[in-house]
Amino acid sequence: MVKISIEHFHLTYSDGAESLRDITIDIPARAISVFLGPAGGGKSSLLRALNRLNDLADVRSVSGQIRLFGDNGQTIDILDPQTDVVALRRLVSMVFARPVTLPLSIRGNLTYGLEVAGMRQNNLLGEAVERSLQQAALWEEVKDRLDEPAAALSGGQQQRLCLARSLAMQPEVILLDEPTSGLDPISTSKVEASLQEIKNNYTIVLVPHSVQQAARVADHAAFFLQGELIEAAPGPNLFINPTDKRTQDYVEGRFG
Amino acid sequence: MNTSQQRNLIQKAGFGMLSVVALLTVLPIVLVVGYIFYQGLPAISFEFLTGLPREGMRAGGILPAIVGTIYLTIGTAIFSVPLGVAAAIYLSEYAQDNLLTRLIRLAIINLAGIPSVVYGLFGLGLFVLFLNFGTSLLAGSLTLSIMTLPVIISTAEEALRAVPQSFRVVSISLGATRWQTIRRIVLPESLPGIITGVILGLERAAGETAPILFTVAAFFLPRLPDSPFDASMALPYHLFVISTQVPGMPLKLQYGTALVLLCFVLGMNLLATTIRSRARAKRQW
Repeated sequence: MVKISIEHFHLTYSDGAESLRDITIDIPARAISVFLGPAGGGKSSLLRALNRLNDLADVRSVSGQIRLFGDNGQTIDILDPQTDVVALRRLVSMVFARPVTLPLSIRGNLTYGLEVAGMRQNNLLGEAVERSLQQAALWEEVKDRLDEPAAALSGGQQQRLCLARSLAMQPEVILLDEPTSGLDPISTSKVEASLQEIKNNYTIVLVPHSVQQAARVADHAAFFLQGELIEAAPGPNLFINPTDKRTQDYVEGRFG
Repeated sequence: MNTSQQRNLIQKAGFGMLSVVALLTVLPIVLVVGYIFYQGLPAISFEFLTGLPREGMRAGGILPAIVGTIYLTIGTAIFSVPLGVAAAIYLSEYAQDNLLTRLIRLAIINLAGIPSVVYGLFGLGLFVLFLNFGTSLLAGSLTLSIMTLPVIISTAEEALRAVPQSFRVVSISLGATRWQTIRRIVLPESLPGIITGVILGLERAAGETAPILFTVAAFFLPRLPDSPFDASMALPYHLFVISTQVPGMPLKLQYGTALVLLCFVLGMNLLATTIRSRARAKRQW
């Protein structure tokens, strides 16, 4: 089942730094899709287009169509200026490369998305806190100090808190932009394990920080080079049996 | 002596000279404060702080001037803080970088450069005469507010800009609106900086003489103001009056008044510094 359909998507920044050309790809529901490729290929830009965070950047032009098929049967035209971006961002949540905890307590970070959406019931907020921390494999480590500042956690814990913060809102899609690039191998494997666990209920789009990580977690992989989608294929195929020479060179480590 | 020793010696001499210069800049402050404390302290008494002036201000207390300055400071805060902080939020969080906002910024910078006596004349023309507020606390507070606004706007804007951009991006990515982001994240984070700026601005207003000269200050008014439309005595103007306009004024009372004004302003300064350093100690990223 397709969760997000991207058709003929173009994007140019005002300074011309990086751009995407004619991207067409389907993102399957309840699976991990990875966008891989060398830096500057436009993976992050595409990721940020999916919840319109590009609105905050200096984008000159965007064209094409990106549609999200909601669990309630509704179709959202993501690029449509009329689309309610606040509602969209509640459905499509994002975890960034650098763990940025908000200057609040651990609990405050987790309930932030729900509170700004208007949820006030303490029991529901409490349930969301525990559920999301369990899913992000952080509950045992922080359950006794939920009211301490989030900034006191270690880097790896903070990144799992960021993942939990996204999960707390029960979005349908989670975008992760190199979420483990600053983490040690143990924290990285914890994050990857959580992703494997939650993919049964969420659609996950990941920009991995290495080809190895892409190969470990991908159910579906797409290779981007200098703003173009070179090749997309289900999970291991792209790594074992790439059809394009450039993909092969990249996954075999000849450049990048 | 080899070259390395020579260079070390030159460096030591350089550092020595710099520290002497640094000490020299502190010297005037120490001298002024010390001298005023030395001359003014004997005048400070319960009657001086809580009594009304008597015998053509040559005896008695300065309570009306103290109360007048406190009222003026509060009045200035009422007008300038909401306006200044709102303007800073607009400039930092909403305004695009275009001709209009550049003009606004230019106006703010120029507003800060206008001599204070000009503010006084402007306040006389606009508030006292045209709007018919009369010589009153209201007219004085409004005049001081206009003078204080640029300080509050620029320090508050600086405090808002110091909040990491990543907080805003994360908040918005979690489905918050711009205003929710400002209210829940940006404002609480920048509040200590904003408060510091506000206090520094108000402190300047409290010590100014020229803007209140034509708009509020009474030469001699031995009672407390009881409405915003009353004229009032105020510490800086009172100091000017008793230092230059009243023959046979005891020197002690002049320095006593100066000391009270100085303590008022230094107290506010201390408060601002305390808030800032507390917030710095609490910061955790």
